[in-house]
This record gives sequence, structure tokens and C-alpha cells, in this order.
Amino acid sequence: MTSATRFRTLKDMPAEDYLTPGNTLCAGCGGVLAVRLFHKALGGNVVWVNAAGCMTLLLAYPYSPLKSNWLYTAFASAPAGAQGIRDALDLLIAKGRVPQSEDLKVVVVTGDGAAYDIGLQSTSGAIHRGLDFYYLCYDNEAYGNTGFQMSSSTPFGSASKTTPPTAESPLGNTTKKKDLFEIWRAHKPPYIATLSTSHGVDFLRKVEKGLSTRGPKLYLSMASCPTGWGYDPSLSIKVEKLAVATGVWPLKEAVDGVVKHTLVPRALTPVREYLITQERYSHLFHPSENEVAIAQIQASVNDYWKPVARSEGVEIRLPE
Amino acid sequence: MKGQLITGNGAAAWAARLAKVDYIPAYPITPQTEIIETIAEWVSDGSMRAKLVQLESEHSMMTAAGSASLAGARVFTATSSQGLLYAMEMLYNVSGWRAPLVLVNVSRALAAPVTLEPDHNDVLAARDSGFLQFHAETCQEVADLVLLAYRVAEDRRVMLPVLVNMDGFELSFTREKVVLPEQAQVDRFLPEYAPPHPFRATEPVAKASAVMEGFTYAYFRYHVHAASLAAEQVFREVSTEYQNIMGRPYGPVEGYMLDDAEYVLVMTNSFTALGKQAVRTLRQKGVKAGLLKLRMIRPFPVDEVADDLRGRKAVAVFDQNLAPGSGGILYPEVVSALYHERRRPDLILPVIGGLGGKQMTSREMESIFGEMRAARENGKKPKAIQLFREDELEKVNRILAAARGETRR
Repeated sequence: MTSATRFRTLKDMPAEDYLTPGNTLCAGCGGVLAVRLFHKALGGNVVWVNAAGCMTLLLAYPYSPLKSNWLYTAFASAPAGAQGIRDALDLLIAKGRVPQSEDLKVVVVTGDGAAYDIGLQSTSGAIHRGLDFYYLCYDNEAYGNTGFQMSSSTPFGSASKTTPPTAESPLGNTTKKKDLFEIWRAHKPPYIATLSTSHGVDFLRKVEKGLSTRGPKLYLSMASCPTGWGYDPSLSIKVEKLAVATGVWPLKEAVDGVVKHTLVPRALTPVREYLITQERYSHLFHPSENEVAIAQIQASVNDYWKPVARSEGVEIRLPE
Repeated sequence: MKGQLITGNGAAAWAARLAKVDYIPAYPITPQTEIIETIAEWVSDGSMRAKLVQLESEHSMMTAAGSASLAGARVFTATSSQGLLYAMEMLYNVSGWRAPLVLVNVSRALAAPVTLEPDHNDVLAARDSGFLQFHAETCQEVADLVLLAYRVAEDRRVMLPVLVNMDGFELSFTREKVVLPEQAQVDRFLPEYAPPHPFRATEPVAKASAVMEGFTYAYFRYHVHAASLAAEQVFREVSTEYQNIMGRPYGPVEGYMLDDAEYVLVMTNSFTALGKQAVRTLRQKGVKAGLLKLRMIRPFPVDEVADDLRGRKAVAVFDQNLAPGSGGILYPEVVSALYHERRRPDLILPVIGGLGGKQMTSREMESIFGEMRAARENGKKPKAIQLFREDELEKVNRILAAARGETRR
């Protein structure tokens, strides 16, 4: 893994786009932006292996906005699809039936429904087998493509179509977001990172690190979702910036299992400022503010960062 | 060509080895496991230049099989029963991907209740998946059908995956005399796989992308159907070539004492041997009995079935499977193949037997012919026969009594 980087400022972002404009996804989709940046950093020689989700709609036959290869598999088994392609390319190159120059980077791209829920078993298998692949999860914290039902990535206190807030259930979703980063880390892959397109240089550097790493490389990208989260599509980057500034979405990586935060806020912005931007949290503010629930969310963010401050050796001012 | 004693599982493994497959995604399930164990040993000791990777489920196994095939590898895999059902979603996908891989299914009845013994509810659950299906009666057929399957699958007029079926235990673990072709013979018959439009850097391709409207969906599905139908003729051509090299003939169906037969039993898979025995016995008694074995289930060889059954006095379809609320699964397919025949048989009798490997006596098989004759003479609409002997019911009662702690009278 090299420490030198070709990405120092946003001006270093490659001009070449492999995801061309024009697709059927929602305006302001954070997931599409993540795929676009990911592709810029990877270069063109890629085969995307997709599971059912929003990104499946990138390609509507006979059109493709991609300049690279694509295979749609099924909901649960994109990592197994990556296994077959990686193994076949390796075998055919070793047997001299395919020239090395035709080799591809194999990239799984799924939403959180596949990554956290139905595809977790096949992901576990692929990491365990040491498969040389990239996994990009665009995490919009619900089953977005089916109309925004809760997944195990859906945050505590947010509304989804299957966790609607009512007078009897004022919180909406009462389960906590599953910690997929740590589940992945328990498998001991060489590289894991969280990403946000609001922090482009950090994003590109992390993909760059993966380029020199053999084995499973796992990326969890926040995917702001104007349709499901309920905000104006022009605000996607601002919402993600707030998620990072409030500490809701930590930017970190784990190289050979050692976790390092790539951005440590010296003072966390109160989580309330993030929540209030989105319709999915509006029941915490209307008809009256649910101070208890908001304090609970703030406390869980603070609980995350307290040990991080110790391990990173910095002081972080935490909101009350 | 000298024969050797090999199990059905061994024959499948040998065929994969002779076909020089590149890639074997695997997942263990009884009674299929010996196939992947055998191949694993050959890959490990270098006698097979291939990769075997053990996935974490049959669903993933079938996904990896399909994607590796699309990337240009020749792929072999095997499963049974629950495993086939667990992979079911991917069977439909892989055929839609037009991935010409070969899957051996070692038939085992489906839970619940869970059992290890064979019947065909597993393999016939995959009948609408788009996979071609060839069913084997003997261990020799297992080896030959796997080799034939690759040629048919990889033919540009077909480009569909093939499922080769053998019965668990009856074939999988039974040693029979098998003549294995020489490697040079197989190389002559089966050239290296040349994939159309695989995933590559210089010529990127998008596969299995979503279709948004019915007309594009229908367009693709009709293509799969047409390719499956075309596979029957391709099978005949390839089979002729195979016979010229190996000396063994294979048609989509196989007749047994059929020429002048008045009463014909239609069957598949290993229990066909029992049916043939009953036919021989009845012939000695002067009954004009015959048998039609269906080797190709998909595509369903409608014309051959009609040609072989037209003009018979009566036909019985032996289904070693059960669709609750309907009956045997193959029965309606045989009936519909005959419906427009002017000289269709007077009677087509539905028979169900051998569920979960339930053993069949020769008398039971012979009784089917007796039922055919009786039902034809009585002229009424035939009732479906569900074979179950009195001594078997007694056995059930005996074990239930023992479980209740009752002493046997």
C-alpha cells in the first residue's frame, strides 16, 4: 500500500468520466455520484457486478451510461458473481487464452439492502475466500428502489414506509443502524473505508489505496437520497457534509484491520442540525420537538466518538 | 474400449475432467458430494487444470457458475434436491444470461419430510427455468450425457445451460460398468469453448441489464424458448457425431420392445430398468408390452413422443414425482403431445410411484400393465394410480406402534 497520492486537492480529480450523463436515476442521487467518483479513481477497465437496487436502473436495455462492463446478478449474490468473473479471468489469463491486457477490476456495487441484509452471507463468503475485488455499497439507509422501506441500515428514530411514525409509535424506526464496517472488519480484509462524496479528496485517496491492495476491498459510501430522506435534490452534498460534521457519518479506514479516522472533527456540530434538514426526521420536530429522542441520538453519536478521541489522540468537543 | 466399475458420481466427475472444464464452483450436499470431492482431489494433485472453489451456498454457487461462464470459462457444477431449490432463482438468471454451463443434479426427494432417497420433484421444479434437461438411466449415460451436454449447450444455435440428472443412490453410489472415452476422442468431439462477447477491457459489454417494458422482456424470453426448441435438432446432430466417435447412440427418447407394443409404459431415469424388466416378463407371458424412456425432458421431444405412442392401445405415464393437487408432472406433457393425434391411444393412465426412493417390486411394475388393460376395457375415465403396497402400510403401522411403545401382536 503506497502512501504517495495523486489526489491532493479537488483539482486533481480525473477529468475522464466513465459514467456518462443521462440515466434514469433520481436527481441529486448520492449513490450515482459515488459510482461516478469511484469509477474516476479506478479507471476504465472495470466490470461492475450489481445486485438488485437503485443502481440496477442505471442500465435500461439497450442503453448503458457506462464505458465499462456490467453484469446484473440478483439481490443476494453479487459477491458470488464477482467470484466467478475474477476466477474465470485469472484462469483464462494463466492458461494463455486471454491476454493480461484484457484483465478487469471486479467491482460489486449494491445498496444497503443487499449489503446489510439479503447479501450479507455471500459477502461474508467472498471476504473469507480472500476474493480480489472491490465492494462499493451506496448506503441510503433503506430499501430506496422499492419506495423506502427500512433495512438494517436504517437509523434509529427515522421514518420509513415500514416504520411509519404514529401517535402510538412516535419514533418511527426503533432499531439501531447495523455496524457493517465492524462486521466487515471482523472478517479481516486488507482494506475497508467509509466514503462521502462531500469529501472528494478523501474519497479518491481511499479508492487509490485499494488499487495497490490485493484481496477484498470494501467501501461504504454514504448515499444521500433526496427522494427517501426528503430534502431538495440540490442539497445532497450539504446534507452529507452535515452528516460528517455532526459525526453521524464518520470518515475512516481500516488497513489490515487497524482503524484510523481520516477526518476527526475537533468539535461535533449538534446532530439536531443534521436531522432537521430531512423529512424522514420531521416527526422528531413536529408537532412538537421530541427532545428525549434527539438527545438519545446525540448520546449515541457521542458514545461513538469518545473512544475515537482517545485512540486518535485528539480532543473532540461533543455537544450536550 | 474397456469398461470399468464406476459410480454415477464418479462418471459425472470423469466426464467433467474429460471435458477439460476450467471452473467448478461447488457446495456439498448428499448425494452429490462425491462428485465435487473427486474433482477436488484431481484439481489438488494437478491431474485437472481447473479451479474448484467452494461457495457458501448453492445460490452463490450457481451465480459464480453463470458469471464465470459469461467471462469465458467452461463451467461444471453439481447439486441435489434442496440445493437445487436454494439455487432456483439463479437457474432462471443463468439461462437468461445464455451461459452454456453444465449442472449435474443428483435427484433426491424434497423436504418435508426430509429424506436422502431419490425422486424427481427436485429436478422437475427446474423444468421451466430455461435449462435444458437430460435424464440418465445408467452410469454410462451420465458420463455420455455430460459430454453431449457441453456440445449442445455451447452450440451457437442454443447457448443455454444444461442440467443432467441422475438418481441419488440408485446411480450416484452404485458401481456399474462404464466405458470412458479416451481424452483424444473427447478432444475431437468437444473443442475448446469460444465465448461470444465475454467481459473484456477492450470491448466492454453489459449483460443482463434491466428491461423496462414487456416487449423487450418478451423478446428475450421468446429467444430462450426458440433456442431451447432448437436444441432438440442440435442434440440429434451432435449425438450422431458422438456415436461415430464413441460408438454409443443417444436419441431424445429411447424405445424398448416398442415395435409391435400395444401397451406402453413411459418412464425416466434409473427406475426405467425396473420397467424394462417388467416388459420382458410380460412379453414371456404373451403380453405385447413396451417401454418409452424419456431422456430429454427439456426441450420436451413432442414429435418423437407422438411418433412412438400413436396407435398404441394404451399408455401409462410413470411419474416418480407428485404435484399435490394435480398429480404427476410429466403426465400432462405426454397427454398434450398426443392430443392432436388421430390415432392417439385409447387410454393414457397416470401412475405415481417411487416417491422418496420407495422401492418398486417387479410385480408392482407389471401391475401397471394390468391396470392399463383393465381401464381400457372398462372404458371409463382412468383414475390416477398411486402405488403403495399393503406390506408398506403395515410397515408404517408397525413403526408407529413401536414408537407408541406397543408390543407387537
